[in-house]
Amino acid sequence: MSQRVDTGSGTATLHIDWSRCDRRGLCAELLPELLDRDDWGYPLARDGSREVAVPRALQRHATEAVSACPLLALRLRRSR
Amino acid sequence: MNATPGTTVDVRRLLVVSTPDLAAHEQVHGPLFAPHDLVSLLREAGLHGHGGAAFPTWRKLAAVRAGRNAIVVANGAEGEPASAKDRTLLRIAPHLVLDGLALVGAAVGATRAVVYVPSDLVPVISRAVGERRFRDRIAVQVVEAPDTFVAGEETAVLSRLSGGPALPLDKFTRIVDSGVDGRPTLLNNVETMGHIALIARHGAEWFRAAGTKEDPGTFLATVSGAVRRAGVHEHAYGETVGALLDAAGGVSGPVQAVLVGGYHGAWVPMPAAMDLAVSRESLAPYGAAPGAGVVVALPADACGLAATAQVLDYLAQQSARQCGPCQFGLPRLAETFRQLATVPRAAATPTLVEEVQRLAALVDGRGACRHPDGTVRLLRSALSAFRNDLAAHLSGTCMKGER
Repeated sequence: MSQRVDTGSGTATLHIDWSRCDRRGLCAELLPELLDRDDWGYPLARDGSREVAVPRALQRHATEAVSACPLLALRLRRSR
Repeated sequence: MNATPGTTVDVRRLLVVSTPDLAAHEQVHGPLFAPHDLVSLLREAGLHGHGGAAFPTWRKLAAVRAGRNAIVVANGAEGEPASAKDRTLLRIAPHLVLDGLALVGAAVGATRAVVYVPSDLVPVISRAVGERRFRDRIAVQVVEAPDTFVAGEETAVLSRLSGGPALPLDKFTRIVDSGVDGRPTLLNNVETMGHIALIARHGAEWFRAAGTKEDPGTFLATVSGAVRRAGVHEHAYGETVGALLDAAGGVSGPVQAVLVGGYHGAWVPMPAAMDLAVSRESLAPYGAAPGAGVVVALPADACGLAATAQVLDYLAQQSARQCGPCQFGLPRLAETFRQLATVPRAAATPTLVEEVQRLAALVDGRGACRHPDGTVRLLRSALSAFRNDLAAHLSGTCMKGER
Protein backbone atom coordinates (compact mmCIF):
# COMPACT_ATOMS: atom_id res chain seq x y z
CA MET A 1 0.00 0.00 0.00
CA SER A 2 1.56 3.31 -0.94
CA GLN A 3 0.86 6.57 0.81
CA ARG A 4 0.05 9.46 -1.42
CA VAL A 5 2.57 12.19 -0.69
CA ASP A 6 1.06 15.51 0.23
CA THR A 7 2.93 18.16 -1.72
CA GLY A 8 0.78 20.91 -0.21
CA SER A 9 1.66 23.03 2.78
CA GLY A 10 0.30 20.59 5.37
CA THR A 11 2.42 19.48 8.30
CA ALA A 12 2.75 15.82 9.07
CA THR A 13 3.45 13.70 12.12
CA LEU A 14 4.71 10.17 12.36
CA HIS A 15 2.69 8.01 14.69
CA ILE A 16 4.38 4.96 16.21
CA ASP A 17 2.12 2.10 17.25
CA TRP A 18 4.20 0.91 20.18
CA SER A 19 2.13 -2.21 20.60
CA ARG A 20 3.27 -3.39 17.15
CA CYS A 21 6.84 -2.07 17.05
CA ASP A 22 9.42 -4.82 17.34
CA ARG A 23 12.59 -2.66 17.05
CA ARG A 24 13.53 -3.86 13.56
CA GLY A 25 14.99 -0.41 13.10
CA LEU A 26 14.22 0.28 9.44
CA CYS A 27 12.51 3.55 10.35
CA ALA A 28 15.55 4.87 12.20
CA GLU A 29 17.70 3.90 9.23
CA LEU A 30 15.44 5.68 6.74
CA LEU A 31 14.81 8.74 8.94
CA PRO A 32 18.03 9.28 10.88
CA GLU A 33 17.32 13.03 11.06
CA LEU A 34 14.23 12.36 13.14
CA LEU A 35 14.83 9.04 14.83
CA ASP A 36 17.56 7.60 17.00
CA ARG A 37 17.31 4.25 18.81
CA ASP A 38 17.00 3.75 22.57
CA ASP A 39 18.85 1.37 24.91
CA TRP A 40 16.79 -1.54 23.61
CA GLY A 41 16.72 -0.60 19.92
CA TYR A 42 13.27 1.06 19.81
CA PRO A 43 12.84 4.27 17.76
CA LEU A 44 13.52 7.41 19.76
CA ALA A 45 12.28 10.76 18.53
CA ARG A 46 15.21 13.16 18.53
CA ASP A 47 12.93 16.05 19.45
CA GLY A 48 11.53 14.09 22.41
CA SER A 49 7.96 14.41 21.20
CA ARG A 50 5.27 11.79 21.41
CA GLU A 51 4.11 12.30 17.80
CA VAL A 52 7.16 13.02 15.66
CA ALA A 53 6.90 16.17 13.57
CA VAL A 54 7.95 15.49 9.98
CA PRO A 55 9.15 18.53 8.03
CA ARG A 56 8.00 18.69 4.43
CA ALA A 57 11.47 17.93 3.11
CA LEU A 58 11.42 14.56 4.88
CA GLN A 59 7.87 13.52 4.13
CA ARG A 60 8.82 11.32 1.22
CA HIS A 61 11.36 9.50 3.40
CA ALA A 62 8.77 9.17 6.15
CA THR A 63 6.40 7.62 3.65
CA GLU A 64 9.07 5.11 2.71
CA ALA A 65 9.63 4.31 6.38
CA VAL A 66 5.91 3.70 6.83
CA SER A 67 5.92 1.26 3.90
CA ALA A 68 9.15 -0.40 5.00
CA CYS A 69 8.11 -1.25 8.55
CA PRO A 70 7.55 -5.02 8.61
CA LEU A 71 5.19 -4.70 11.59
CA LEU A 72 3.04 -1.93 10.05
CA ALA A 73 3.77 0.01 13.19
CA LEU A 74 3.96 3.43 11.56
CA ARG A 75 1.38 5.84 10.24
CA LEU A 76 1.87 9.24 8.75
CA ARG A 77 -0.79 11.67 9.90
CA ARG A 78 -1.16 14.70 7.66
CA SER A 79 -3.01 17.87 8.55
CA ARG A 80 -4.26 19.92 5.65
CA MET B 1 -17.27 26.87 48.16
CA ASN B 2 -20.52 28.14 46.75
CA ALA B 3 -22.57 27.55 49.91
CA THR B 4 -23.84 30.54 51.88
CA PRO B 5 -21.25 31.37 54.55
CA GLY B 6 -22.26 29.84 57.83
CA THR B 7 -24.13 26.91 56.34
CA THR B 8 -22.70 23.51 55.56
CA VAL B 9 -23.60 21.63 52.43
CA ASP B 10 -24.32 17.99 53.07
CA VAL B 11 -21.82 16.09 50.96
CA ARG B 12 -23.36 12.69 51.57
CA ARG B 13 -24.78 12.18 48.13
CA LEU B 14 -23.63 8.93 46.56
CA LEU B 15 -23.55 6.50 49.46
CA VAL B 16 -26.75 7.34 51.31
CA VAL B 17 -28.83 4.22 50.69
CA SER B 18 -28.93 1.61 53.44
CA THR B 19 -29.33 -1.40 51.12
CA PRO B 20 -28.39 -1.86 47.45
CA ASP B 21 -31.80 -2.99 46.19
CA LEU B 22 -33.99 -1.07 43.79
CA ALA B 23 -36.72 -0.33 46.33
CA ALA B 24 -34.29 1.36 48.74
CA HIS B 25 -32.75 3.28 45.84
CA GLU B 26 -36.12 4.61 44.67
CA GLN B 27 -37.21 5.47 48.16
CA VAL B 28 -34.09 7.53 48.86
CA HIS B 29 -33.42 9.07 45.45
CA GLY B 30 -36.87 9.25 43.93
CA PRO B 31 -37.80 8.54 40.35
CA LEU B 32 -35.48 9.20 37.43
CA PHE B 33 -36.58 11.35 34.51
CA ALA B 34 -34.39 11.76 31.45
CA PRO B 35 -33.48 15.44 31.12
CA HIS B 36 -34.35 17.22 27.90
CA ASP B 37 -30.71 17.99 27.15
CA LEU B 38 -28.27 15.95 29.16
CA VAL B 39 -25.21 17.49 27.51
CA SER B 40 -26.21 21.05 28.48
CA LEU B 41 -27.13 19.96 31.96
CA LEU B 42 -23.77 18.30 32.51
CA ARG B 43 -22.02 21.29 31.02
CA GLU B 44 -23.75 23.61 33.46
CA ALA B 45 -22.97 21.27 36.32
CA GLY B 46 -19.29 21.18 35.35
CA LEU B 47 -18.92 17.47 36.06
CA HIS B 48 -15.52 15.99 35.23
CA GLY B 49 -14.63 12.33 35.01
CA HIS B 50 -13.83 10.43 38.18
CA GLY B 51 -11.64 7.74 36.67
CA GLY B 52 -8.46 9.75 36.99
CA ALA B 53 -8.22 11.90 33.87
CA ALA B 54 -10.90 14.41 34.93
CA PHE B 55 -12.06 15.08 31.39
CA PRO B 56 -15.22 17.23 31.14
CA THR B 57 -18.06 14.72 31.00
CA TRP B 58 -20.35 16.86 28.83
CA ARG B 59 -17.67 17.14 26.16
CA LYS B 60 -17.19 13.41 25.95
CA LEU B 61 -20.92 12.85 25.73
CA ALA B 62 -21.33 15.53 23.06
CA ALA B 63 -18.58 13.96 20.97
CA VAL B 64 -20.17 10.52 20.72
CA ARG B 65 -21.64 10.17 17.29
CA ALA B 66 -25.27 9.47 17.93
CA GLY B 67 -27.38 7.26 15.71
CA ARG B 68 -24.53 4.98 14.74
CA ASN B 69 -25.00 2.02 17.07
CA ALA B 70 -23.15 3.58 19.95
CA ILE B 71 -22.14 1.61 23.01
CA VAL B 72 -22.01 2.98 26.54
CA VAL B 73 -19.77 1.51 29.20
CA ALA B 74 -19.60 2.02 32.97
CA ASN B 75 -16.02 1.27 33.95
CA GLY B 76 -15.71 -0.19 37.44
CA ALA B 77 -12.50 -2.17 36.93
CA GLU B 78 -10.55 -0.14 39.50
CA GLY B 79 -7.14 -1.71 38.84
CA GLU B 80 -5.49 0.75 41.24
CA PRO B 81 -4.58 -1.21 44.40
CA ALA B 82 -4.88 1.85 46.63
CA SER B 83 -8.41 2.62 45.47
CA ALA B 84 -11.62 1.06 46.75
CA LYS B 85 -14.18 3.71 45.88
CA ASP B 86 -15.61 2.09 42.77
CA ARG B 87 -16.21 -1.24 44.44
CA THR B 88 -17.73 0.58 47.42
CA LEU B 89 -20.11 2.52 45.20
CA LEU B 90 -21.03 -0.59 43.21
CA ARG B 91 -21.78 -2.57 46.36
CA ILE B 92 -23.72 0.17 48.12
CA ALA B 93 -25.45 2.02 45.29
CA PRO B 94 -25.36 0.01 42.07
CA HIS B 95 -28.61 1.59 40.89
CA LEU B 96 -27.09 5.05 40.81
CA VAL B 97 -24.42 3.72 38.47
CA LEU B 98 -27.01 1.93 36.35
CA ASP B 99 -29.22 5.04 36.25
CA GLY B 100 -26.27 7.05 34.94
CA LEU B 101 -25.55 4.37 32.34
CA ALA B 102 -29.20 4.38 31.24
CA LEU B 103 -29.20 8.17 30.95
CA VAL B 104 -26.10 8.39 28.77
CA GLY B 105 -27.28 5.39 26.76
CA ALA B 106 -30.55 7.15 25.99
CA ALA B 107 -28.75 10.40 25.19
CA VAL B 108 -26.64 8.78 22.45
CA GLY B 109 -29.20 6.24 21.28
CA ALA B 110 -26.89 3.42 22.30
CA THR B 111 -27.78 -0.11 21.32
CA ARG B 112 -25.44 -1.78 23.79
CA ALA B 113 -24.74 -0.99 27.44
CA VAL B 114 -22.03 -2.62 29.52
CA VAL B 115 -20.93 -2.46 33.12
CA TYR B 116 -17.38 -3.72 33.54
CA VAL B 117 -16.52 -4.91 37.04
CA PRO B 118 -14.10 -7.19 38.90
CA SER B 119 -15.20 -10.80 39.40
CA ASP B 120 -16.28 -10.42 43.04
CA LEU B 121 -18.74 -7.69 42.06
CA VAL B 122 -20.39 -9.61 39.23
CA PRO B 123 -23.10 -11.15 41.47
CA VAL B 124 -24.21 -7.90 43.13
CA ILE B 125 -24.28 -6.00 39.84
CA SER B 126 -26.03 -8.82 38.00
CA ARG B 127 -28.67 -8.80 40.72
CA ALA B 128 -29.16 -5.06 40.33
CA VAL B 129 -29.36 -5.37 36.54
CA GLY B 130 -31.94 -8.13 36.99
CA GLU B 131 -34.11 -5.85 39.14
CA ARG B 132 -34.25 -3.34 36.28
CA ARG B 133 -34.91 -5.78 33.49
CA PHE B 134 -38.15 -4.19 32.35
CA ARG B 135 -37.30 -0.57 32.94
CA ASP B 136 -34.04 0.15 31.11
CA ARG B 137 -34.27 0.72 27.37
CA ILE B 138 -31.36 -1.57 26.62
CA ALA B 139 -30.38 -4.68 28.55
CA VAL B 140 -27.18 -4.10 30.47
CA GLN B 141 -24.43 -6.62 29.93
CA VAL B 142 -22.20 -7.38 32.92
CA VAL B 143 -18.62 -8.08 31.86
CA GLU B 144 -15.90 -9.26 34.19
CA ALA B 145 -12.67 -7.28 34.38
CA PRO B 146 -9.45 -9.14 35.15
CA ASP B 147 -7.60 -8.22 38.31
CA THR B 148 -4.71 -6.31 36.75
CA PHE B 149 -3.55 -2.72 37.00
CA VAL B 150 -4.16 -1.94 33.32
CA ALA B 151 -7.51 -3.76 32.98
CA GLY B 152 -9.41 -0.49 33.54
CA GLU B 153 -7.43 1.57 31.03
CA GLU B 154 -9.89 2.88 28.49
CA THR B 155 -8.60 1.01 25.45
CA ALA B 156 -7.95 -2.13 27.51
CA VAL B 157 -11.68 -2.10 28.24
CA LEU B 158 -12.41 -1.66 24.54
CA SER B 159 -10.13 -4.54 23.69
CA ARG B 160 -11.83 -6.78 26.24
CA LEU B 161 -15.31 -5.81 25.05
CA SER B 162 -14.32 -6.45 21.45
CA GLY B 163 -13.47 -10.02 22.41
CA GLY B 164 -9.76 -9.61 23.03
CA PRO B 165 -7.57 -9.39 26.14
CA ALA B 166 -7.85 -6.50 28.61
CA LEU B 167 -4.70 -4.85 27.30
CA PRO B 168 -4.34 -1.28 26.03
CA LEU B 169 -4.57 -0.54 22.34
CA ASP B 170 -2.77 2.00 20.21
CA LYS B 171 -4.63 5.29 20.10
CA PHE B 172 -5.01 6.59 16.63
CA THR B 173 -8.73 7.32 16.60
CA ARG B 174 -10.85 8.73 19.41
CA ILE B 175 -13.09 6.07 20.90
CA VAL B 176 -16.10 8.37 20.72
CA ASP B 177 -15.76 7.98 16.96
CA SER B 178 -14.62 4.37 16.80
CA GLY B 179 -14.28 2.11 19.82
CA VAL B 180 -15.68 -1.32 20.59
CA ASP B 181 -16.09 -3.19 17.30
CA GLY B 182 -15.52 0.12 15.54
CA ARG B 183 -18.64 1.64 17.10
CA PRO B 184 -18.82 5.07 18.79
CA THR B 185 -18.11 4.33 22.43
CA LEU B 186 -18.76 6.33 25.58
CA LEU B 187 -16.82 5.08 28.56
CA ASN B 188 -17.24 6.64 32.00
CA ASN B 189 -15.99 5.62 35.40
CA VAL B 190 -18.79 4.21 37.57
CA GLU B 191 -18.59 7.12 39.99
CA THR B 192 -19.05 9.55 37.12
CA MET B 193 -22.19 7.62 36.16
CA GLY B 194 -23.41 7.97 39.74
CA HIS B 195 -22.97 11.74 39.67
CA ILE B 196 -24.81 11.92 36.33
CA ALA B 197 -27.75 10.10 37.93
CA LEU B 198 -27.90 12.61 40.77
CA ILE B 199 -27.45 15.67 38.57
CA ALA B 200 -30.35 14.49 36.41
CA ARG B 201 -32.54 14.44 39.50
CA HIS B 202 -31.38 17.50 41.38
CA GLY B 203 -29.92 19.80 38.76
CA ALA B 204 -26.69 21.64 38.05
CA GLU B 205 -27.06 24.26 40.77
CA TRP B 206 -27.52 21.59 43.39
CA PHE B 207 -24.40 19.84 42.15
CA ARG B 208 -22.36 23.04 42.26
CA ALA B 209 -23.48 23.87 45.79
CA ALA B 210 -20.57 21.71 46.96
CA GLY B 211 -16.99 21.90 45.78
CA THR B 212 -15.17 24.76 44.11
CA LYS B 213 -15.83 26.77 40.97
CA GLU B 214 -13.28 24.84 38.91
CA ASP B 215 -13.89 21.49 40.60
CA PRO B 216 -17.57 21.47 41.50
CA GLY B 217 -19.34 18.70 43.34
CA THR B 218 -18.23 15.86 45.52
CA PHE B 219 -15.94 12.90 45.07
CA LEU B 220 -15.25 9.56 46.71
CA ALA B 221 -11.88 9.39 48.42
CA THR B 222 -10.04 6.21 49.42
CA VAL B 223 -7.77 6.99 52.34
CA SER B 224 -5.30 4.41 53.62
CA GLY B 225 -1.83 4.02 55.13
CA ALA B 226 -1.02 5.58 58.51
CA VAL B 227 -4.63 6.39 59.43
CA ARG B 228 -6.82 4.85 62.13
CA ARG B 229 -9.72 3.78 59.91
CA ALA B 230 -8.76 3.35 56.29
CA GLY B 231 -11.79 3.55 54.04
CA VAL B 232 -13.90 5.34 51.48
CA HIS B 233 -15.71 8.59 52.25
CA GLU B 234 -17.39 11.25 50.18
CA HIS B 235 -15.94 14.75 50.28
CA ALA B 236 -16.42 18.04 48.47
CA TYR B 237 -13.60 19.20 46.22
CA GLY B 238 -11.74 21.95 48.00
CA GLU B 239 -11.69 20.19 51.36
CA THR B 240 -8.16 19.79 52.68
CA VAL B 241 -6.05 16.65 52.77
CA GLY B 242 -6.26 17.04 56.55
CA ALA B 243 -10.05 16.77 56.39
CA LEU B 244 -9.74 13.57 54.35
CA LEU B 245 -7.36 12.12 56.93
CA ASP B 246 -9.76 13.13 59.72
CA ALA B 247 -12.64 11.30 58.08
CA ALA B 248 -10.41 8.21 58.15
CA GLY B 249 -10.10 8.50 61.90
CA GLY B 250 -7.09 10.77 61.79
CA VAL B 251 -3.45 9.77 61.46
CA SER B 252 -2.24 6.82 63.51
CA GLY B 253 1.13 8.48 64.12
CA PRO B 254 3.36 11.15 62.59
CA VAL B 255 3.05 11.23 58.78
CA GLN B 256 5.86 12.46 56.53
CA ALA B 257 4.07 12.58 53.18
CA VAL B 258 0.89 11.57 51.38
CA LEU B 259 0.59 9.87 48.03
CA VAL B 260 -2.15 11.65 46.13
CA GLY B 261 -3.83 10.12 43.07
CA GLY B 262 -2.67 6.54 43.44
CA TYR B 263 0.25 4.64 41.98
CA HIS B 264 0.37 7.00 39.00
CA GLY B 265 0.08 10.01 41.29
CA ALA B 266 2.55 12.05 43.25
CA TRP B 267 3.99 12.31 46.75
CA VAL B 268 3.19 15.52 48.59
CA PRO B 269 5.27 16.23 51.69
CA MET B 270 3.94 17.06 55.13
CA PRO B 271 3.26 19.37 56.82
CA ALA B 272 2.40 21.26 53.61
CA ALA B 273 -0.04 18.56 52.51
CA MET B 274 -2.25 18.93 55.59
CA ASP B 275 -3.78 22.26 54.57
CA LEU B 276 -3.69 21.63 50.86
CA ALA B 277 -7.12 21.70 49.21
CA VAL B 278 -8.00 18.65 47.16
CA SER B 279 -8.52 20.43 43.85
CA ARG B 280 -6.64 20.50 40.57
CA GLU B 281 -5.39 24.04 41.06
CA SER B 282 -4.15 23.49 44.58
CA LEU B 283 -2.36 20.21 43.88
CA ALA B 284 -0.83 21.15 40.54
CA PRO B 285 2.30 22.86 42.00
CA TYR B 286 3.17 19.50 43.57
CA GLY B 287 2.78 17.66 40.28
CA ALA B 288 -0.32 16.03 41.75
CA ALA B 289 -4.03 15.97 40.91
CA PRO B 290 -7.14 14.69 42.72
CA GLY B 291 -7.36 11.92 40.10
CA ALA B 292 -9.43 9.03 41.39
CA GLY B 293 -9.40 10.33 44.95
CA VAL B 294 -6.65 8.15 46.38
CA VAL B 295 -4.72 9.33 49.44
CA VAL B 296 -2.11 7.14 51.14
CA ALA B 297 -0.44 8.42 54.30
CA LEU B 298 3.23 7.47 54.67
CA PRO B 299 4.30 7.15 58.31
CA ALA B 300 7.32 9.10 59.48
CA ASP B 301 9.13 5.93 60.50
CA ALA B 302 9.09 4.51 56.96
CA CYS B 303 11.56 5.25 54.19
CA GLY B 304 9.83 7.09 51.34
CA LEU B 305 12.35 5.84 48.81
CA ALA B 306 11.84 2.23 49.85
CA ALA B 307 8.06 2.64 49.68
CA THR B 308 8.39 4.11 46.20
CA ALA B 309 10.74 1.33 45.10
CA GLN B 310 8.07 -1.17 46.06
CA VAL B 311 5.42 0.59 44.00
CA LEU B 312 7.79 0.87 41.03
CA ASP B 313 8.44 -2.87 41.20
CA TYR B 314 4.70 -3.48 41.12
CA LEU B 315 4.17 -1.10 38.21
CA ALA B 316 6.97 -2.74 36.23
CA GLN B 317 5.46 -6.14 36.88
CA GLN B 318 2.04 -4.88 35.74
CA SER B 319 3.27 -3.75 32.32
CA ALA B 320 1.15 -5.22 29.55
CA ARG B 321 4.45 -6.11 27.88
CA GLN B 322 3.26 -4.98 24.50
CA CYS B 323 5.49 -1.96 24.09
CA GLY B 324 9.27 -2.13 24.20
CA PRO B 325 10.06 1.01 26.20
CA CYS B 326 7.60 -0.06 28.93
CA GLN B 327 8.40 -3.77 28.89
CA PHE B 328 12.15 -3.22 29.14
CA GLY B 329 12.31 0.28 30.55
CA LEU B 330 10.12 -0.04 33.63
CA PRO B 331 11.95 -3.02 35.12
CA ARG B 332 15.28 -1.29 34.47
CA LEU B 333 13.92 1.89 36.06
CA ALA B 334 12.59 0.02 39.10
CA GLU B 335 15.82 -1.92 39.50
CA THR B 336 17.97 1.21 39.28
CA PHE B 337 15.72 3.11 41.70
CA ARG B 338 15.84 0.15 44.07
CA GLN B 339 19.60 0.58 44.27
CA LEU B 340 19.07 4.19 45.30
CA ALA B 341 16.53 3.12 47.88
CA THR B 342 18.92 0.61 49.38
CA VAL B 343 21.60 1.61 51.80
CA PRO B 344 24.65 1.11 52.30
CA ARG B 345 26.60 3.70 50.39
CA ALA B 346 28.02 1.28 47.85
CA ALA B 347 24.59 1.14 46.25
CA ALA B 348 23.64 4.83 46.10
CA THR B 349 25.83 7.17 44.03
CA PRO B 350 25.14 10.47 42.21
CA THR B 351 25.70 8.65 38.90
CA LEU B 352 22.86 6.37 39.85
CA VAL B 353 20.58 9.37 40.34
CA GLU B 354 21.49 10.61 36.87
CA GLU B 355 20.87 7.17 35.42
CA VAL B 356 17.42 7.00 37.05
CA GLN B 357 16.58 10.40 35.59
CA ARG B 358 17.86 9.39 32.17
CA LEU B 359 15.78 6.21 32.15
CA ALA B 360 12.71 8.10 33.35
CA ALA B 361 13.03 10.60 30.49
CA LEU B 362 13.57 7.72 28.09
CA VAL B 363 10.38 5.83 28.85
CA ASP B 364 8.11 8.83 29.45
CA GLY B 365 5.55 9.13 26.64
CA ARG B 366 6.74 6.05 24.75
CA GLY B 367 4.00 3.47 24.91
CA ALA B 368 0.49 2.77 23.66
CA CYS B 369 -0.93 3.92 26.99
CA ARG B 370 0.10 6.17 29.89
CA HIS B 371 1.52 3.45 32.10
CA PRO B 372 5.14 4.57 31.58
CA ASP B 373 4.09 8.22 31.98
CA GLY B 374 2.32 7.61 35.28
CA THR B 375 5.23 5.57 36.59
CA VAL B 376 7.64 8.39 35.75
CA ARG B 377 5.39 10.93 37.46
CA LEU B 378 5.49 8.92 40.68
CA LEU B 379 9.23 8.47 40.50
CA ARG B 380 9.95 12.15 39.88
CA SER B 381 7.70 13.18 42.75
CA ALA B 382 9.61 10.78 45.03
CA LEU B 383 12.97 12.29 44.05
CA SER B 384 11.54 15.67 44.98
CA ALA B 385 9.53 14.84 48.10
CA PHE B 386 12.22 12.58 49.56
CA ARG B 387 15.27 14.62 48.58
CA ASN B 388 16.55 14.61 52.15
CA ASP B 389 16.29 10.83 52.26
CA LEU B 390 18.13 10.72 48.96
CA ALA B 391 20.94 12.85 50.36
CA ALA B 392 21.15 10.56 53.39
CA HIS B 393 21.28 7.46 51.20
CA LEU B 394 24.02 8.99 49.11
CA SER B 395 26.10 9.37 52.25
CA GLY B 396 25.40 5.84 53.37
CA THR B 397 22.66 6.36 55.94
CA CYS B 398 18.89 6.20 56.03
CA MET B 399 16.60 8.67 57.82
CA LYS B 400 14.03 6.01 58.56
CA GLY B 401 13.08 6.17 62.20
CA GLU B 402 14.80 9.48 62.77
CA ARG B 403 11.76 11.68 62.22
